[in-house]
Amino acid sequence: MPSALIAEDEPLLAQALRKALTQAWPELEIVASVGDGDAAVSQTLLLRPDVLFLDIRMPARSGIEAAADIADQWDADAHGTRFPALVFITAYEQYALQAFEAHAIDYLLKPLQPERLRKTVERLRALLTQSEPACASGTPAQRNGPAIEQAVDHLRRLLAGAAEPVPAAEPLTVLQASVGNVIHIVALDEVLTLEAADKYVRVLTAQHEYLIRTPLREILPRLDPQVFWQVHRAQVVRARAIDTVTRDEVGKLWLQLHGRPERIAVSRLYAQRFKAM
Amino acid sequence: MRIDWIAKANHLLQTLAFCLAAAAIQFAFRPERPYEIALVYSLAIGSSIWFLIDFGRSLFASSSRSGWPQGHGAWLLPLASVAFGYLAGTAAGDAWFGWSSWSGVGLQTLPASLLITALAGSAASYYFYTRTQSSYLAARAAEAGEQAMQARLKMLETQLEPHMLFNTLANLQALIDTDPARAHVMLDHLIAYLRATLGASRANTHSLQAEFDRLRDYLELMAIRMGKRMSFELQLPPALATQPVPTLLLQPLVENAIRHGLEPKVQGGSVTVRALRSDAALTLEVADTGVGLTRPENANDGFGLAHVRERLATRYGDAARLTIAPGPDSGVVVRIHLPLHD
Repeated sequence: MPSALIAEDEPLLAQALRKALTQAWPELEIVASVGDGDAAVSQTLLLRPDVLFLDIRMPARSGIEAAADIADQWDADAHGTRFPALVFITAYEQYALQAFEAHAIDYLLKPLQPERLRKTVERLRALLTQSEPACASGTPAQRNGPAIEQAVDHLRRLLAGAAEPVPAAEPLTVLQASVGNVIHIVALDEVLTLEAADKYVRVLTAQHEYLIRTPLREILPRLDPQVFWQVHRAQVVRARAIDTVTRDEVGKLWLQLHGRPERIAVSRLYAQRFKAM
Repeated sequence: MRIDWIAKANHLLQTLAFCLAAAAIQFAFRPERPYEIALVYSLAIGSSIWFLIDFGRSLFASSSRSGWPQGHGAWLLPLASVAFGYLAGTAAGDAWFGWSSWSGVGLQTLPASLLITALAGSAASYYFYTRTQSSYLAARAAEAGEQAMQARLKMLETQLEPHMLFNTLANLQALIDTDPARAHVMLDHLIAYLRATLGASRANTHSLQAEFDRLRDYLELMAIRMGKRMSFELQLPPALATQPVPTLLLQPLVENAIRHGLEPKVQGGSVTVRALRSDAALTLEVADTGVGLTRPENANDGFGLAHVRERLATRYGDAARLTIAPGPDSGVVVRIHLPLHD
């Protein structure tokens, strides 16, 4: 039986969608209805529905960001269920609609039109039945590979397109991190990687680790993108500090930095940077 | 300064026509003198003066706006042009006929022609001056009208956000079947909100009671949309209900409180709008328990906030103040201080 997850922060609209789906697609089981982007990611990874209905504007993470994060973390388990079909929901998002159409990602407009929903349901049904027999063989990575890659590619472009123009920011040369009563001035040249964690950003040099409070998204525009490569939505790494890039059995990329023991995971969204010349 | 050749040609033709008329009048008064004499001198002098004025005004920097020099140049230009134009035109006429106006017989007609030139020159100068002024003012008026229209459209656009509208309608659609009574109430609020938003650009002030009513409409709509994630409170002491305030002054602040304060917060929060009297001032306060000021410098940004500041400055000058501060536990408090009206 096909399953779906609804992510919509306005409770009445979530209910309305659920009701409309019951009528348009009676066999569909709504396994969860969440109200924010973070819950959308965690519940999807937990419950593995076949279809995702994602509102674009949600607290914590937008629908598009949530989809990108889900795509990023998808193949962690060995069952290899198919990556869910995505349907974005929006009241009015002029540029997103064009992008969706360009990448053949389905979307629904609010207020819901029953006729439009019927069409979407037809597409989804066709998508779900057609893929099953063809993908019965192969490893999870192979099975999911092309579909996810495509989805990820589209989402990356959507995210890039949707990014708000950042005002010109002056480049950083030092970072100031406080440790107790002391503020350490850390030369940017010594920084190997910056990783966002909770409310802080971890700054790693060859010898030390510091924590700063400025969010990563504020620091990013002030870093030279040629020097610092983004490998993950929450992490940038100094390109020169990378020693090797290894691909593991499931196809995930891992970085090893000069002189540091830990491996750094590379998100799918940014993996295209690491190709042999 | 750009040369508008069409306009210059236009002026020349008008000048020549004027000269012909002047020559005809001269001939009418003194028919014993050949028409040709009056004609040639009139055209020569007239076109010389025209040339000096019409091209001379480009030489003045101050004429770059209205097309005519400001200050002393405004009368110096025509005066000098008439004088030199007369000399040049007379010299040209003399060359044409082969005699000299500065000696002998010619000298007799000098005073008359000088007088005619002075009069005609002044009249023509004045005529051209008023023409350029009025076309300049007309252009400015059109520009101002255009700007006012743009400003109104912009305000309408930001006030009537499509996202807000369609989401609200979607909620209304959901309620119609499940809870028709509530749908009715919601529709009433929506209608009032739309009337206020679309009509606000015309009216200027209304009572604080009316302001709070409009805010209530908006907040009720948002409360239905956000469900448990939003709660609100409006506090207006009866004594202050009749105080006049600019229409929808607080609307952008309330919108900000919800959009930037509550919406990003998963568990949501509350919005409180209060009016209170402090000494001889009226304080209007919009407080939320949302995510707060993520960056202090951001607090001054945003079209809505800038707009509010602008309105306050235009209307009250220094007598009004807007302050932004973090809330007691979380979120933001925005306060507007206005003079009290008696």
